[in-house]
Amino acid sequence: MQTVKMVVTGPFNAGKTAFIRTVSEIDVVSTERKITKESEKVKATTTVAMDFGRITIDEDLVLYLFGTPGQRRFDFMWEILSEGMLGFIVMVDSCRPETFREARSILETFRAYAPTPYIVAANKQDLKDAWDLEDMRIALRLDSTVKILPCVATDKESVKTILLELLYQILQEMEDGAT
Amino acid sequence: MPSVTDAVKMALKGNLRDFSLTQLLNLIHLAKKSGTLFLEDSKSKAWLAFREGKLAYAKYGDEDNSLAAILYNARKLNANQFRAIQERGNSMNDKELGLLLVNAGYVSQQEVLASLQDYLMTIVQRLYSWMEGVFYFDSDRLPPSDKINLRLNLENLIIEGARRLKEVEQLQDEIPSLDIALKFRDRPDANVRDLRLSKEEWRVVSFINPKNSLKQIAQALKMNDIEIRRVAYGLVQAGVVEMVRPEKTLPRPITPGIPNTTPQEQASLVRRIIQRIRSL
Repeated sequence: MQTVKMVVTGPFNAGKTAFIRTVSEIDVVSTERKITKESEKVKATTTVAMDFGRITIDEDLVLYLFGTPGQRRFDFMWEILSEGMLGFIVMVDSCRPETFREARSILETFRAYAPTPYIVAANKQDLKDAWDLEDMRIALRLDSTVKILPCVATDKESVKTILLELLYQILQEMEDGAT
Repeated sequence: MPSVTDAVKMALKGNLRDFSLTQLLNLIHLAKKSGTLFLEDSKSKAWLAFREGKLAYAKYGDEDNSLAAILYNARKLNANQFRAIQERGNSMNDKELGLLLVNAGYVSQQEVLASLQDYLMTIVQRLYSWMEGVFYFDSDRLPPSDKINLRLNLENLIIEGARRLKEVEQLQDEIPSLDIALKFRDRPDANVRDLRLSKEEWRVVSFINPKNSLKQIAQALKMNDIEIRRVAYGLVQAGVVEMVRPEKTLPRPITPGIPNTTPQEQASLVRRIIQRIRSL
């Protein structure tokens, strides 16, 4: 049995766990803990080690989705999780500009770990406070070649679109590399 | 669930605590936005109106921002002239008044424009002292047509904002590593000669090259980490340069996480994953 993995990263409360839950065929193995720090009480729990989802591709191949902990104090996990990844997704909460700087920093960190393809998923685009994608591109200082796509992490079609776009990009880079 | 593509108008709002005025001006400048930015803190309100990424009009709280008041405060009109204009009430708007004053030889067109420009810049500089305050950008609210609209480039205002950035922590967040390099952005409308930079900033500009890391530039110019970060941040925010990895440290070619497979096998494997995801 062959396994491949993709990593879902991004700031605290960006929607990484929800994203993986939406497409995983198993209950996501989540290492969530109650939040105790007052400043981080945007939600009740947070991921402290990793989320772990799975999609069986066929009888010989399994895709694992790993979600990184969003809080910087757990960043020692990031490099471990990024080892051997096929590509990564950076989730960003479109309604919380206060997290954009952190998202940029996480993106840079992951790019430094492994120069694999990546995509930016602008989550919560169904909410009225969501920022426009092109505004987010500038705020996140994304080059025009970097894909930033709208996302609703709880919606299966939306999550599939993000995964497929990343896979197309991986395939494209493989083909470009082969020629 | 509403489709994200159905959204007619997206929000651009937040708090200056999280997204600074310098960053907002950078966004408006690079996206060439038109509309009005509303800002409000616990004590005051301000409006900055833009057309295609350039500052056209501004108002701070209840202050009188009529042309007559601006010219009077800039000492281009004396008290008697100002009083006489005020006594005429609202019989003419700023554009009409400006034309009248220029034609009558009280002020020149350059003086009118320079006074308005100074006024707008003063308002932005005052807003830089706001550490908190909610903001909202309304793209439907264009600069008022009865006022004289300027077309003030934002680069210099942004660089000024970066110079005022005191928080070292924020600078470190913005420019986390000095191992990166700067390169000029490929923007036909950018004109470096129009920038009002300090001597130190010009010296940094002269070293900008994808081969030179910020660390090397700082060493060459005997600048400390904070100084080089502040200059780099200002230039990046002004949209003049962008951060790149120094050429010699470009990442190695893609090495996908599929060990012991040929490129053909790797591509085939990815195609299988694509097929499966489509069928979910």
